[in-house]
Amino acid sequence: MNAQREGSATPGTLLEVRGVAKRFGARDVLKNISLNIASGEFLTLLGESGSGKTTLLRLIAGFEQPTSGEIWMSGERLDTLPPFKRRVNTVFQHYALFPHLSVRENVAYGLRVKKTLANEIDGRVEEALRMVKMQEYADSRPSKLSGGQQQRVALARALVNRPQLLLLDEPLSALDANLRKEMQRELKALQRELGITFLFVTHDQEEAMALSDRIALLRDGALEQVASAREIYAHPATAYTAQFIGQTNLLRGEVRGGSTTCGAIRILSVPGPDGPAIFSVRPECIKHCMDASMQIQYARFKGTIRQQTYAGATELLEVDCGNGQVLRVRISARGPMSGEHEFAFSSEDAIRVRE
Amino acid sequence: MSSCAPVRRAPLLVIYAALVFAFIYLPIVVLILYSFNRDGVGGFPPRHLTLDWYRRLFADGPIWDAVLNSLIVAAGSVVLSLTLGLLAALALDRATFPGKALFRRLVLLPLILPGIITGLSLLMFAVIAGFQRSLTLVFFGHGTALISVATTEIFAGLQKMDHAQEEASLDLGATPWQTFWRVTLPNLRLSLIAAGLLIFTLSMDELAVTYFLIGSENTLPQEIWGRLRRGITPEINAVSSLIFAVSVALIIIWYRMRTRGLGADAQELLERP
Amino acid sequence: MYSRAYKSIVSLPPLLWVGLFLLLPYALMLAHSFWAVHEGFVVHEWNLRNYHTLFSNPVYAGVLFRTMRIAASVTLCSLLLGYPLAYYLSFHAGVRKDLLYQLVIVPLWVSYLVRGYAWKTILGSEGVLNGFLQYLHLTHEPVAFLLYSPFAVVLMLTHIYTPFVFLPIYAALEHIPRPLIEASQDLGAGSAQTFLRVILPLSTPGLLAGATFAFVLSLGDFLAPLLVGGASGTMIANVVQSLFGAAYDWPLGAAISVCILIITISLLVLSERLEKRWSFK
Repeated sequence: MNAQREGSATPGTLLEVRGVAKRFGARDVLKNISLNIASGEFLTLLGESGSGKTTLLRLIAGFEQPTSGEIWMSGERLDTLPPFKRRVNTVFQHYALFPHLSVRENVAYGLRVKKTLANEIDGRVEEALRMVKMQEYADSRPSKLSGGQQQRVALARALVNRPQLLLLDEPLSALDANLRKEMQRELKALQRELGITFLFVTHDQEEAMALSDRIALLRDGALEQVASAREIYAHPATAYTAQFIGQTNLLRGEVRGGSTTCGAIRILSVPGPDGPAIFSVRPECIKHCMDASMQIQYARFKGTIRQQTYAGATELLEVDCGNGQVLRVRISARGPMSGEHEFAFSSEDAIRVRE
Repeated sequence: MSSCAPVRRAPLLVIYAALVFAFIYLPIVVLILYSFNRDGVGGFPPRHLTLDWYRRLFADGPIWDAVLNSLIVAAGSVVLSLTLGLLAALALDRATFPGKALFRRLVLLPLILPGIITGLSLLMFAVIAGFQRSLTLVFFGHGTALISVATTEIFAGLQKMDHAQEEASLDLGATPWQTFWRVTLPNLRLSLIAAGLLIFTLSMDELAVTYFLIGSENTLPQEIWGRLRRGITPEINAVSSLIFAVSVALIIIWYRMRTRGLGADAQELLERP
Repeated sequence: MYSRAYKSIVSLPPLLWVGLFLLLPYALMLAHSFWAVHEGFVVHEWNLRNYHTLFSNPVYAGVLFRTMRIAASVTLCSLLLGYPLAYYLSFHAGVRKDLLYQLVIVPLWVSYLVRGYAWKTILGSEGVLNGFLQYLHLTHEPVAFLLYSPFAVVLMLTHIYTPFVFLPIYAALEHIPRPLIEASQDLGAGSAQTFLRVILPLSTPGLLAGATFAFVLSLGDFLAPLLVGGASGTMIANVVQSLFGAAYDWPLGAAISVCILIITISLLVLSERLEKRWSFK
């Protein structure tokens, strides 16, 4: 018998996704996802389109049913509840504001529907609009607002209900770059201030790193890695993660007796057992020989600079080491370079990753 | 992106919808059923199914004369309405002239006014102008009243059309006349066919306007109407069933043409380098 | 881009034709309504007697009101049938939506006369329905009021106009972005609340369009009463028809027609204004 109520697995866990899978027709969009979301955290579901991140969000919101598995929230079964009974609210990708209602009425919608008292509604709506800085637009129609303004209203409309969990489905993707950065800042500040758990979906890894406490990277319907932004960046678990988040160089070689040769590069003291291996080395970890004092355990290589991309504070160099092996190196800006140069990186910066 | 949302269960609604469908189709089913009933229309259940009424129908001269008349009028109406409707749509899309708003509403009027008003107005006009009630007058009536159908369809087609194509044609040296035939008209093909089919169907079925303008020769609806005044026979069921069958056939043809047309266009677009 | 000549060629023929064969006839009807008839001939003597007759004669007023009642009933019934059908197709039909839509459209293409005749055969004393009821021993004699009554007219016209009412409502429902429905549920509204607060308001323009269409066309219908209406089911258009026929009085008939015209156009204008106001673009 399924108990509808039981204690949480870990204190402080708000949402538990247990072995959830989702199939559409012949396609397995989500394969056996298990994930815990802590109360008060900002978790991002990151992935390419088709990775299943939006599907997972919709499962939690209640617009889809899992093919198998369960979802629990605060010790109670969630996936058997219809969406209007869940203490979960969503900020939709294209805002989904009601065109026939004013901003005020849009925000008040969730409260009216639950038959909240009129004066309480007024107070809470005012508060929500103030939170997103949209008080002066209270009586406008959504069609008269800009994208950024509509987004704020959508946020207020969701938050006014004081949900336990706020779902955000790529809410910033329709905004232009500058507005996007500003909204990211505001969202982060808001989340910190309110302490509500945010589950954010995006395909933009920079956005994920800027906003999240933790990132859950999805690939083809399965969780590739779940960790804090810093952890994921510094210690990617797989080659895919290493490439998806930030830039990297993937070096392949055979590990024998704690060292390996990847193409033209020999790396000493690498962890893990013998056998074929892939190593991720971030471009900014590779130093130009003239910059760093070379230590013995550094892996060194020579290469010809094929291309140089100037980026203000840094340069990105494409270095040809011969035999088709090309590495990307990021160094501080120093003017045009050419010819053969020597580079090196610490073996500690060579992270061994799975395929 | 997820596929369509799961269909929620609502059994009462399904039953209600089914009942509405039954209401819409039941009379037609009964009609067709009783066209095969030997004992005529009425009573229940129909016993002794027979094809006699259809045989009598096919031997019935006046009915087929009426069919021919209807076809002639309908075909003529299609030509008249499409021509004037095409011009009207082009005028609405491209020209400005005083009274344009009034014109647009005037053109649409016969579509939404009860047929009797249009029919009587034309009758009064005919009497004053000295025209006799006749099939020709009916043709004029249908053709004029149905201009609105053509105009609406073709105008919609013009709005969807990429005007840059016409500009490209002119840019490449074609005259406006050539552009019209080589670019504009082909783009409107679907709209023209849709309008034509609709006008044809509406004309074939038209009774309200026809009632007041008809002379001694009958259209099919007029012929059926006349017989109804004399009494019900299953022969009328038979001809009605045939009309139904033809209508359904026309819809299927139209549907095939439309989807195939779209499919062919899409195919072309994909194959273009 | 379009030359003067092009625009002239394109505008003049339809303008002239419509002016001559639509505007002029309607104007003629208007003119006739102010004329009179003397000894079997129409006399061009301008007066308002026809309108006076129409409103003071209880027979005509009675028929007019009966007609409006019938039209209202038809509109209401068509809405009650058409709206749930459209709702079902739009939100519950899933993959069968297109097929079912075509099935609703088919009857529109089938002759008005054919469908009216079908009802005539069904509702008569010797008709199919009575036969069916007697067969089931639910009744022992034919039920009289089924045919040749206002009931029959309402029934037949509802049958005709339900698909007409369905179309704009379905289009309006289809236009409602599905995320709005999800947002409503997300915010705590169940099916009923979502329908009342979101779907219904946003489908109002379609509803108005359909209702207006059904009412206006029912108002001026003269064929249905002749088929199934009998003496008690005559409508105002039949009065007009007889005034142009046996009871030769064209001016009076024209006056009544003008009234129908005015009611029709007023409703259409009103409906258009309301639709615009409630379309929330």
